[in-house]
Amino acid sequence: MNTQIVADRELAAASLATMWKIRRFEEAVEDLYGRGLMHGTMHLSIGQEAVPTGACLALNKDDYITSTHRGHGHCIAKGADMERMMAELLAKETGYCRGRGGSMHIADTETGNLGANGIVAGGIPIATGAALSAKMRGTKQVAVSFHGDGAMGEGAWHEGVVLAAMWQLPVVFLCENNLYGMSMSSEKAFNLDQLSDRAKGYGIPGVTVDGNDVQAVYDATKEAVDRARAGGGPTFIEAKTYRWRGHSKSDKNLYRTRDEIDEWRGKDPIPHFEALALAAGGLTQADIDAVRDNVRTELRSAVQRANAAPDATADDLLSAVYAR
Amino acid sequence: MTELTLAKALGSGLRRALSDDDKVVLLGEDIGTLGGVFRVTDGLQRDFGKDRVIDTPLAEAGIIGMAVGLAFRGYRPVCEIQFDGFIYPGFDQIVAQVAKLHYRTGGNVRMPLTIRVPYGGGIGAVEHHSESPEAYFAHTAGLRVVTCSTPQDAHSMLREAIASDDPVLFFEPKRRYWTKGEVDEDATGLPMGKARVVTEGTDVTLVTYGPLVATALDAAVAAADDGISIEVIDLRSLSPVDFDTVSASVQKTGRLVITHEASESGGLGAEIAATLTDRCFYYLEAAPVRITGFDVPYPAAKLEDHFLPDLDRILDGVDRALGRVNSLTGWSA
Ligand SMILES: Cc1ncc(C[n+]2csc(CCOP(=O)(O)OP(=O)(O)O)c2C)c(N)n1
Ligand SMILES: [Mg+2]
Repeated sequence: MNTQIVADRELAAASLATMWKIRRFEEAVEDLYGRGLMHGTMHLSIGQEAVPTGACLALNKDDYITSTHRGHGHCIAKGADMERMMAELLAKETGYCRGRGGSMHIADTETGNLGANGIVAGGIPIATGAALSAKMRGTKQVAVSFHGDGAMGEGAWHEGVVLAAMWQLPVVFLCENNLYGMSMSSEKAFNLDQLSDRAKGYGIPGVTVDGNDVQAVYDATKEAVDRARAGGGPTFIEAKTYRWRGHSKSDKNLYRTRDEIDEWRGKDPIPHFEALALAAGGLTQADIDAVRDNVRTELRSAVQRANAAPDATADDLLSAVYAR
Repeated sequence: MTELTLAKALGSGLRRALSDDDKVVLLGEDIGTLGGVFRVTDGLQRDFGKDRVIDTPLAEAGIIGMAVGLAFRGYRPVCEIQFDGFIYPGFDQIVAQVAKLHYRTGGNVRMPLTIRVPYGGGIGAVEHHSESPEAYFAHTAGLRVVTCSTPQDAHSMLREAIASDDPVLFFEPKRRYWTKGEVDEDATGLPMGKARVVTEGTDVTLVTYGPLVATALDAAVAAADDGISIEVIDLRSLSPVDFDTVSASVQKTGRLVITHEASESGGLGAEIAATLTDRCFYYLEAAPVRITGFDVPYPAAKLEDHFLPDLDRILDGVDRALGRVNSLTGWSA
């Protein structure tokens, strides 16, 4: 039996803080974007916060993740600094990639984050390779490859999973099934009751969990990670969740109904977690308020400091093409 | 004649193609219910049904490979690749199958498929939403590679591409999607394989295509103020290139500037400079000049203006071709 997160004061506070950080960070991004202060393309994961939160709780600092175009939550949950993330999105020299990568390409190798990815499924074989390196080096590190339901149509997904299964590599393929790949509903795209049914065809364990429940995601990831560390090979996890916002900035939601969106907004993972923590006695209302306040303060200062940082300049537009 | 945006002109081209030939089918990500990210296919699924305007999952190799299968059996598939940078997962099918089937079968198998690709920068996006990968395809024998710069060409060239029995990579200058112009759906314009002299001139030939045609025309106007007469050529077809039209111009002007958004090395500009040097060696008064994106991956949105050739850089190129002082470097040729 795993730790009950909501009953453990420290874990509960940390998990709640992670979810609020993701939510507030993305709300700030949405706002900056809307006001024309941020450029490029961005994809928000509001509503999906429990997945990275639960999954990264099962990881060590030196474990790896690969992320996606919708990757702010993965970065934050794996321990990235919000100020440097915000600076990256604002194209500042102090950003994770000196303002060169932007929202879709934050990589933070110090926290084991091998990068968000603008190419859907691009991270799957990369995580597999990181896992192979762990195996070759004889470390006990594990890689988690976050991806969407839509990614499972790409050839790169298939090849990455095939290789991981063949060599029994320490990698977890974690699908955030938010029910759509842009406008394509996953119900239409897959002839499967649940996406984890596909794992069988690859000869690896597969499980489907409630992606709006931190504990459920944690438990599934913990089991997969423990197995991987012990040499038991890869696992596929489907975490069912929902993206509240449009696919990206200009989405008119032509492919789904207002009712469906409202229904899922009713399953907000954050108040759900708060209620459970209160009931289990892990957190008091005062603790919960403190977490919210602290996150708000931290985010506000992150935005201010990021904003004040020097802009990425065109002076070295031509640098960094090669190692030297 | 109706005034349409370039995006709408493409949409009306697709609509005509769908109604003129029931073997035409559209395939792509988010093209049906959503009407495409740029709304080019807006309303087509409603009017032609889900069997002819097909929403696919994310699977670029699958989309193009399926189009090959459809083409084998008499269909005329039109694939949409959502953004330039997402064509790479489908690259294998395009280069290894689409391009080679006609030749490999001694001409027995035709591949009448069209692959639409919004390309180029200038919309505040990033890497793989702003790239110009046309040279990869122009390098590959067996593909026709074309691009348009006006709503009229968008409409007529797309219909011609779909009707063509050859596979056509159809590059759409996405930052010009909202450019308006008159479109005559019944016009039999210049064939898509031909370059167009957009504005005549006597001093310098300025060759370009797609998104930079408008910028080149601005350059011609600005240079005219300085007493320099620029002849602007819109290539339209990038493979094969209509070298006859370009040669005729260079034989007249003696000076050649080529500009495109794609990086310089191994780009279309290199090909045009080499061929024109060969064809017009004794007419050239100066070495051909290339004004292009730099040899770096496409930069962050906030820096893209430094990457993209603009009016100033093009005019400097013209100055260089004319042996005048370059305002950027202070050098003269
Ligand atoms: C290879 C590739 N094809 C198409 C796209 C355009 N695109 C970006 S995200 C997306 C949908 C992805 O769906 P999913 O994997 O479910 O992730 P979600 O957006 O739901 O988080 C599409 C079509 C892309 N980025 N990469
Ligand atoms: Mg999805």
